Amino acid sequence: MTLHSRTTTTKKERRFRIGTAALPYVLLFPTVLFVTVFTLLPSLRVLYDSLFIQNQAVKIPQFAGIDNFTELFSSASFHDVLFNTFVYVLVTVPISVFLALVLALILNRKFRALGLYRLAFFYPTVLPMISAATIWYFMYTPGYGLINVFLRNFGIPSQSWLGSANLALIALMILGIWKQTGYFMIFYLAGLQGLPHEIFEAADLDGASTIQATRYLTVPLLMGTTLFVTTIAVINGFESVDQIYIMTGGGPNNATSMLLFNLWQTLFSFLDVGKASAMSVILIVVLLIFTTLNFIFTERRATYE
Amino acid sequence: MSRKIFAFLVLALLLSAVAACAPAATPTPSNVTLTFYYPVAVAGPITQVIDGYIQKFQAANPNIKVNAVLSGGYPDTLTKIQTTIKGGGTPPDVAVLLSTDLYSLVDSDAVQPLDDFVKAAGGDSFTSDFFPAYLANSNYQGHIWSLPFQRSTPVLYYNKDLFKAAGLDPAKPPTNYQEMVDAAKKLTKADGSQWGIEISSDGIPYWLFQSFVIGNGTNVVGKAANKVTFNDPQVAAALQDFADLGSKHKVMPADVLLWANMPNDFVNGKAAMIWHSSGSLTNILKQAKFDVGVSYTVGEKGFGAATGGGNIYMLKGIPAANQAAAWKFIQFMTSTDIQADWSINTGYIPGRQSAMSSQAMKDYIAKTPQAAVAPAGLKYAGAELAAHNNAQIQKALGDAVQSVLTGKASAADALKAAQTQADQILAPFKD
Repeated sequence: MTLHSRTTTTKKERRFRIGTAALPYVLLFPTVLFVTVFTLLPSLRVLYDSLFIQNQAVKIPQFAGIDNFTELFSSASFHDVLFNTFVYVLVTVPISVFLALVLALILNRKFRALGLYRLAFFYPTVLPMISAATIWYFMYTPGYGLINVFLRNFGIPSQSWLGSANLALIALMILGIWKQTGYFMIFYLAGLQGLPHEIFEAADLDGASTIQATRYLTVPLLMGTTLFVTTIAVINGFESVDQIYIMTGGGPNNATSMLLFNLWQTLFSFLDVGKASAMSVILIVVLLIFTTLNFIFTERRATYE
Repeated sequence: MSRKIFAFLVLALLLSAVAACAPAATPTPSNVTLTFYYPVAVAGPITQVIDGYIQKFQAANPNIKVNAVLSGGYPDTLTKIQTTIKGGGTPPDVAVLLSTDLYSLVDSDAVQPLDDFVKAAGGDSFTSDFFPAYLANSNYQGHIWSLPFQRSTPVLYYNKDLFKAAGLDPAKPPTNYQEMVDAAKKLTKADGSQWGIEISSDGIPYWLFQSFVIGNGTNVVGKAANKVTFNDPQVAAALQDFADLGSKHKVMPADVLLWANMPNDFVNGKAAMIWHSSGSLTNILKQAKFDVGVSYTVGEKGFGAATGGGNIYMLKGIPAANQAAAWKFIQFMTSTDIQADWSINTGYIPGRQSAMSSQAMKDYIAKTPQAAVAPAGLKYAGAELAAHNNAQIQKALGDAVQSVLTGKASAADALKAAQTQADQILAPFKD
């Protein structure tokens, strides 16, 4: 066998080497282009716009530094918006993820009509949010809406779900959890089916109960999946807008106004480009912080065997 | 084999893309194509009716083609148009938008004044046929900007059968707030299965609230586009009246009620009286299995209501040939016959007074006497809330209404906060 040194490589071999070296960049290029054009550049543009006042009264942008941000943070209604958004995320994410894991564990065995159950839980994901929101809007009707009719069986009187400042956000949270749990369940099912059997057999031999096996084996092994679905759930939470638009319009009295909906309203109804850009920046920063923290925290504990 | 199929599919895709890009047959110079955006805000086969009008117009004007585009609701239509203009695109030629969108549209330089067209069509003799209450929203800075197309007022629908059962005279609906409360008390069942009155406060809460205000002898807005009066003691009294229906008199559920649920509650007998748009009349009559009465909304001093609905506008920046064609189309859509037909098919009030005396309308009123009530009530109507940055102003008042109805604030405090907010929003505008 002769050793090839640089001085004796043929032209063909050199082209092959350069080709192979360049290949990753070529493959990455379309994605990088898309992300730059549709994510990076608009983010920079929005950061720029947030430093100017531009609305229906001030057509030509006026430089204002961080005034847009200070005005937002000192406005009581924006506090409501942030509060609602964080409450929504803090409630829907753990419940959805936990329910999804439980459902996946239950539906991971073989029994009759298994496919039907999986379909039933996954079906909400397939519905567009607008359709789901319209259906649930009428399900929440006081008196004869399906939800209230169902609750009457337990002696609970009819509630005005979307008209009560206390219940409206809860109503939206129920819809949000219903909509996304099936999606996460599928990921957990896939994860569960990829787990090695030997570990569980060993645990069984050692006398571990099912709960112990789940807690000490399944959950840590599924950390990668948990990281993924948690990120998706948080992003879904921050991106909630369709159901608010259809069901409550942000009311009653800003009880269901959330960040992205308020942003949309500020830009497209009030035509306030400066404020809307400032809100966009806040949204991007919050999501960046969360994703980074989540990644660091869960990466430490995840095992990608 | 699969490679060949793949190549064939790609080729087919490319060819169809090319075909789609191919230019349409070049029209002859005298042909004009208009784009018409219209929202739908009431139930019914609206697109079919509009398409019928388009066909009639095109038959009478063979060199004008109209592209009618259903553009969602009023806010969607406004958003679409403003976004197009902002992005440097071509706006439609004609659009139906809220009469109260006027100031926002003029601020964004989106609409064309119609002065010259109106003058050529007869000036005052042309405009005098329109109901003055409706034409009021078309004037700003000395120009006329729009014509009434699908206008409405809130009306009080009441269940005559339930009235009789409660010992009330079905021919004598309430004429002021106190009478409405008294009647509602007799019509409310303690177990919550039947409420005397239901008035919604979601969506555009200010609109029905204005009935209480105008019926109290005042209004939240005057002729100026940069001034609103929310924190007036009579306005606060009107808001308290609204809230008292649920919290004090217990004739209405004490929450924010949803606009879309009101007609259903009414036809199901869950609410003996509701306040809703006159434009819902046709739909309610179709579904109700009882005798439906129509009367006027009330405040403490008597009848009162804000006008509502949409006007037809011509957008700015369209070519001159399109402008002439667009004016012909606007005249057609606001003509007596079309307005009468539109009213019969939807329940909107015709913009023209002569439409009320047309044969078609007379025949319709003979069959459906309820349809005559709303137009006759225009004499009790006041101006709808309209100002610069209208969406934000309306939201400020709407939030105040909702906060009082949900018990989170007192009427005086909520309105004071709304006034402060509105003053801040309106400060930069000069008139």
